[in-house]
Amino acid sequence: MPQTIGILGKKIGMTRMYSEEGSAIGVTVVEAGPCYVLQTKSVDKEGYNAIQVGFGMKKESRVNKPMAGHFKSGGQGSFYHVREFRVDDPSQYELGQKIEVADLFKVGDIVDVTGTSKGKGMQGVMRRHGFAGGPGGHGSKFHRRPGSIGCSAWPGRVVKGKKLPGRMGGKVVTKKNLTIIDVRKDDNVLIVKGSLPGAKSGLVQVYTK
Amino acid sequence: MSIIDQIEKENMRYDIPEFRSGDTVKVHIRIIEGTKERVQVFQGVVIARKNGTMGANFTVRKISHGVGVEKTFPLHSPRIEKIEIVTLGRVKRSKLYYLRNLRGKAARIRERGL
Repeated sequence: MPQTIGILGKKIGMTRMYSEEGSAIGVTVVEAGPCYVLQTKSVDKEGYNAIQVGFGMKKESRVNKPMAGHFKSGGQGSFYHVREFRVDDPSQYELGQKIEVADLFKVGDIVDVTGTSKGKGMQGVMRRHGFAGGPGGHGSKFHRRPGSIGCSAWPGRVVKGKKLPGRMGGKVVTKKNLTIIDVRKDDNVLIVKGSLPGAKSGLVQVYTK
Repeated sequence: MSIIDQIEKENMRYDIPEFRSGDTVKVHIRIIEGTKERVQVFQGVVIARKNGTMGANFTVRKISHGVGVEKTFPLHSPRIEKIEIVTLGRVKRSKLYYLRNLRGKAARIRERGL
């Protein structure tokens, strides 16, 4: 986990923008924040320094009782998403403090973005692991299969971690070193160069560097 | 309005004149060579317009020294200095890819009055 503060956001979608020289760049629009501090964690008490933040307003009636009690300390309402950011000095954050995009980011900054990738279901080795597959034609009967998955009598088993077909996607993915193209303070919008993991309206964490 | 629509609306160009497939246009393109910047004019027939918001583009075809040359421009690119309309053409389809197979007299386009 990165040891830096960041912001929670919702991926809105992608569009195109032009740089100053006039070249087109694909950008992702993220509705980022505002986030509110719900809890501060310190080495003495919890064993590590962090702040817990909430993002995305949730109706009071939809919150269960344990969470309602937890949200009460922040005093800023209830949230759909609660995440932690590791910080060096949690004492400089107060409960209920508002964290906005413009506080953390400016145009030209480099950021890391974490999100949950789109689930792709059960996939074979070619799509999932980039295996080359077989020749396809000329009498070949070997097309998209993985081939041999190990030896015979020794070790007499398939080695752990062998790349095989299975569930693909739906995993936490971090894209590193993305450039911030624009910060729109009034709309709480962050515009990042390139694509981000996950589907539209998915939760993303944008980390400062 | 969604945020993306709003952002696109702000970045789109509204100074581009109205033109369609079949029209002959002069596209003034800003070209950067090292540190120097100059404007190049590309004149030809618009053979396709692809609609969209920020991703809209159009293709211009001309015959240069007997060789067909096509260029596709993003409609909202800041590299386009301006677009001049030379003639308006009357055509019966929106994509004029059939012009690629025609030469000389057969590739003429009837003019359209306003």
